[in-house]
Amino acid sequence: MSDKKKKFRIEDVSKPSEQWMHVDNADLMPLPAPLDDPASEPDWTPLSDETREKYEASLDDTLLLNIPKPETKEEEDELVRKFLSGMQKLFDEANNWPFLRPLLMSMEHCANCQSCSESCHIYEASGENPVYRPTCRSEILRRIYHKYLKPGGKFFAKWRHGDIDLNWTTVSRLAELAYRCNLCRRCAQTCPIGADNGLIAREIRKVFSQELGIYTPELHDNGAALQMKVGSSTGMNTLVVKDNIEFIDEEMEEQVGFKVETRWDVEGADVLLMHNAGEIMAWPENPGAFAVTLEAAGVNWTMASEPLAYDSINYGLFYDDVMLSKVVVRHAMAAKKLGVKKIVMGECGHAHKALTIIADRVLTGDLNIPRESSMTLLRDIVMGDKIKFDPSRNDFPVTLHDPCNMVRLMGVVEPQREIVRKLCPQFREMTPHGVDNYCCGGGSGFAIHSKHNFEEWRFKISGRKKLEQILGAFQECMDPETPKYVCAPCSNCKGQIRDILAHYDLWEKNKILYGGLVELIVNAMEDVPPGFLEWEWH
Amino acid sequence: MDFVTHLITYGALAVFLAAVIVRFVRIQRLPLHVRWEVYPVPHEGARAEHGGSRLEDTDWWKNERKPDKVMELRFMIPEMVLLKALWEHNRRLWFRSFPFHFGLYLLAGFAGLLALGALLGLFEISLGLPFTLLTTGIGFAGAVLAALGALGLWWMRLTDAELKPYTTFSHHFNLLFFLVALGLLFGAWGEAGWDLAPFTAFFGTLMTGRFAAFEGTPLMVSTVVVWSLLLAYIPLTHMSHFFVKWFTWHKIRWDDEPNVRGGRIEKMIQKALEAPVSWSAPHIGADGKKSWGDIAVEELPEQ
Repeated sequence: MSDKKKKFRIEDVSKPSEQWMHVDNADLMPLPAPLDDPASEPDWTPLSDETREKYEASLDDTLLLNIPKPETKEEEDELVRKFLSGMQKLFDEANNWPFLRPLLMSMEHCANCQSCSESCHIYEASGENPVYRPTCRSEILRRIYHKYLKPGGKFFAKWRHGDIDLNWTTVSRLAELAYRCNLCRRCAQTCPIGADNGLIAREIRKVFSQELGIYTPELHDNGAALQMKVGSSTGMNTLVVKDNIEFIDEEMEEQVGFKVETRWDVEGADVLLMHNAGEIMAWPENPGAFAVTLEAAGVNWTMASEPLAYDSINYGLFYDDVMLSKVVVRHAMAAKKLGVKKIVMGECGHAHKALTIIADRVLTGDLNIPRESSMTLLRDIVMGDKIKFDPSRNDFPVTLHDPCNMVRLMGVVEPQREIVRKLCPQFREMTPHGVDNYCCGGGSGFAIHSKHNFEEWRFKISGRKKLEQILGAFQECMDPETPKYVCAPCSNCKGQIRDILAHYDLWEKNKILYGGLVELIVNAMEDVPPGFLEWEWH
Repeated sequence: MDFVTHLITYGALAVFLAAVIVRFVRIQRLPLHVRWEVYPVPHEGARAEHGGSRLEDTDWWKNERKPDKVMELRFMIPEMVLLKALWEHNRRLWFRSFPFHFGLYLLAGFAGLLALGALLGLFEISLGLPFTLLTTGIGFAGAVLAALGALGLWWMRLTDAELKPYTTFSHHFNLLFFLVALGLLFGAWGEAGWDLAPFTAFFGTLMTGRFAAFEGTPLMVSTVVVWSLLLAYIPLTHMSHFFVKWFTWHKIRWDDEPNVRGGRIEKMIQKALEAPVSWSAPHIGADGKKSWGDIAVEELPEQ
């Protein structure tokens, strides 16, 4: 075991230093061919001196929150005081009823057995760096909780729960460390007690956002807040989104040879389809394929032009309950206004989870409109008899990525598999898969974060296990003559997988492409001219 | 045994029960949380094999929800008895933790059988040699397994590089507490020639209150006192997971009960939405009086 692992102590989070820990390329989990040569892994681009001078960057090799360094001790103390104030609210019934019970259980009953570490892709990929254990950030928070919030903590906490000093170094490192977890909750799945380190990471983020107003601009200013202001996290307002969709419909018509028309604001429609608006901008073939499929199947569907209703994203799921609830309510209000029978989420994992699962105990009365996964609707269409399919059009190796929010956290596992088994003759599973899947590494919003060298962290560490799985699934056909497809029915996951494949030249050298599920469906439609799926990098 | 020893035991039983009840009620009374389940959820029945949920069904809300309690038991029993999750995800630890926990289960059974023997003895009923052998076997096996497990766990806490940074004084204290209690049990039992009579007699005096009817050796008294204190101590620590797991698994990890219009969950949500918000960040727009319901429908404050 390396020196840094042997010397690791939780209490050291409080000790100022230039950088608490570092991950060397030599530490990283090995990858299979063709990336099995460790020398081929690019070195870290270090954070600039200017960045380290300006921001609190003493946790690890990267930086996400850009918290400016306090200029005086008084400023530091004030920030620590605010953090403690936020901690108190985190354990207050009124301020944190949504998550108080699961949080308390996780805070008070961890046995520190480290079973969760075995399941964490970030911990494993980093070469088992102790700071990336799921329990590390949880234990820091736990020690603060027991020492500074519980009666008698200053006397007894050290003996019962371990010591910690609460200072600005601790607080700022904890803030960053909360953003080194994908919230995939694989750790929660393996804990024999039922503690949930993924939840704790999220709750830490919440303290910083809801009390101190510290969050990433990607999630808040240019994410959830932009969505509230304009209608979409992409900045698209109603006019722009309708224009874009009209253009996509026209493109689809040209490709498929029959009428494709997205209907807007149809009152009483059976289905209100809500896409992650990022699809419309980055992967127009996905909403286009949905339109083709639903039209071909004769589904009575609509999209909604009300601001927010054409963008299913809800980044509040990752960092802020208030933002989460604002978006959820507006999504439901739009559906209620149209009187639709159900809302169907397009290919976006976190939107599935936010609107179906979390919102289930937020929406009441006539806002509690049925919500369903598009995987279910698409399964019914593919397995039904309204559309004829020719699976030979998808006769290339296909593997399926399981978005955590849809699969492990919602239990929607089989419908998408029924589709790929029927339509993709060379379908093969990743190992493991289903509810045991590994996160793509872009989870909890990481896929939209690339500032400083965070992208490298996403490739080297959070996405490494998924990369191993993709390479493993295609090991016997890695030659560039065989085009291969990673089916990822989630916008965020597609972004991360796209970035990983590009970074390691896996399209150029090995012809591994990525895309959604619905594109494979249209590609196999007999009534659509062959070649809907374009084997080009996008 | 004297009055004080019996008082300590009665007191310990009272503390144990009170601590369990108070903790249980405190957790139960916490506000309803949002759904936060993790799949597989066993009561999803056949679907649990692949970790699926009823959300895989078209128009799932139209189907009657029928949690499969048999499947739940099929999952729970191996988990409780054999620590299945630990076997699957942390086998090194399982080899220490399983004998420890299973030993404690057997010792709980041992105490139950001693109490049964004592109760029957009050009515001058004896179940004879088979019962004595069963009780002796369970007690001895339980004590040996628990001791070996506790020693193994303590050794891991002392030496394992993964556990050491997370090991505190209380981990050592707790395991030593068990080891001392088990050591005393072996000592007292051995002193009595592996006869159950002193233990059965003690349970008898606990039931009748006729404390003078039994006089234990100092070793026996120490064993009773230490085990009583241990019993009172357990629910006051994280070892209360023995019943808190009911919440973490059934009420959180497996809680997929949907919110139905007009249902009991909806009423709880409506109440929760009335709670005042006092988070301080500017974008929250809270003033300590506005409720969650108010804030959810408000636009973002100008910043």
